[in-house]
Amino acid sequence: MKRILLGTAALALSASVVSAEVVRMGTEGAYPPYNFINDAGHVDGFDIAVGNELCKRAALTCEWATNEWDSIIPNLVSGNYDTIMAGMSITAERDAVIDFTQNYFPPDPSVFVGLSDNIDLPHAVIAAQTGTIQAAHVAETGATLVEFATPDETVAAVRNGEVDAVLADKAFLAPIVDEDSELMMIGPDVFLGEGMGVGVRESDTELKEKLNAAIQSMKDDGSLNELIEKWLPGAATF
Amino acid sequence: MTSPDRNAILAQLNFARSVPRPVFDFCTDPSLLDDLPWLACYLSTGKHMAFYGSFITVLVLLAITAPIALAFGFGGAMAARSSFAPLRWFGKAYTAMVRGVPDIAFFLFVPIAMDQGLEWLRHKVKCPDWDLPVRQGNDFVVCDAAKLPLSSSPQWVHEGYGFALAVAAFAVVFGAFAANVLYGAMQAVPRGQVETGEAYGMTARQTFWRIVVPQMWVFALPGLSNLWLILVKATPLLFLLGVEDIVYWARELGGSKTSTFTYPHSDWRLYYFLALLVFYLLLTQISEKIFGRLSRRLSHGQATLGGEAQRKAAV
Repeated sequence: MKRILLGTAALALSASVVSAEVVRMGTEGAYPPYNFINDAGHVDGFDIAVGNELCKRAALTCEWATNEWDSIIPNLVSGNYDTIMAGMSITAERDAVIDFTQNYFPPDPSVFVGLSDNIDLPHAVIAAQTGTIQAAHVAETGATLVEFATPDETVAAVRNGEVDAVLADKAFLAPIVDEDSELMMIGPDVFLGEGMGVGVRESDTELKEKLNAAIQSMKDDGSLNELIEKWLPGAATF
Repeated sequence: MTSPDRNAILAQLNFARSVPRPVFDFCTDPSLLDDLPWLACYLSTGKHMAFYGSFITVLVLLAITAPIALAFGFGGAMAARSSFAPLRWFGKAYTAMVRGVPDIAFFLFVPIAMDQGLEWLRHKVKCPDWDLPVRQGNDFVVCDAAKLPLSSSPQWVHEGYGFALAVAAFAVVFGAFAANVLYGAMQAVPRGQVETGEAYGMTARQTFWRIVVPQMWVFALPGLSNLWLILVKATPLLFLLGVEDIVYWARELGGSKTSTFTYPHSDWRLYYFLALLVFYLLLTQISEKIFGRLSRRLSHGQATLGGEAQRKAAV
């Protein structure tokens, strides 16, 4: 009997420790300016700025965790963290596995970048990050797709001539092209996806509603647009 | 205290936390610095400190994993030699199956399975009145109290847990290889040695512990040293478990950086990987020396070519 009482006391104690609601936010940390590890070694970027503000408005305590892009969805559904904010566009394929909040970044163009604009895009060799909407798009156009694990490697592949061009979000590529005279944007913008949303587990409807309300309030008072202009100058706003 | 005050203090606190004091006083504005001070500041950023720390992570992982894997291997080899059939089958199945699965597949599957298995057990104990299914479509959902580690735990607990899963996964994989090496080494001990023990009236257990085990190491050493060097180089698999090892940081730090970062630079991965090359070669060199010494010591007095050569040299 004594043992049972002790057991229940321990249970009650551990339960009270848990009551503080902590939401673990998953991100990649390799896609500036959306999310990256800054020189101080902390996660930083547009996703993190928006995420922290959402947590404040929804009265949640948030902790950031980084995870490789390849396994970022499997680790969400198995419960290692509770959200994905990693510049992830809302697509039908992803929506079949996880749920998305309303978008916190409007549909933004992707663009091809290469070393010369004399490239026959439908027949060229194009780099894209594995498992992105850009990779899916390249595969559809009939060009030869070369996939890389991180965004940085896709650009490095263009620089060293391994591929003819890279397809990625314009906001990611624009600062890189600005600072490298050899690189240039090729062809018109490509519109893919339905904007970026916060990924949550399908069973986590309560968290999804809280985040949806917080995103709406940030859209309403213009603070979301301010963050977009700060981190992604020139990008579309709401 | 009114709330604006508190917000201001909080903002200051946040600022203080996100911009740690630089190691050198002159690092306040890197864009104004000359090459050498710039490099000094660059190499002492918080991110580089994490890089240097990851060398220790890797060495600690190796120091913990190697003896555990050896223990798994010893257990597996003993099981494979057992006269009790189910134990023998278990030992043989362990070495055959684990060695046959690609490491990367094993690392993606086993830690997630272990993690979910533990969480499920805790869920059954801690939340008996939970009425929702644990598997909801793609989702694996347990009650908050059963999460491992708890969502509210600080980041280092999450990292420590990932590290422990990594040690377990490495130990199981490398244990299977070690089991095969040790099994072979046990079989290589000359039959005559064991027979002599039996002639003195030793039991099977006594001949195993007093004759086979002390003599087998010299046969196992070449195989074990191979395994050790493979283990040393297998640490990039850690990132699959969210543990950031030296290769992850080298790739992350070496990638080209735009002026979004405080220290912009072009693609420097070559230099970072050269540093890793030096580290790995040093580690290999030290390992070789230690294994050479061990081999000499273990050959002493053995009925092998090495032992015979030592005996002749001593005469």
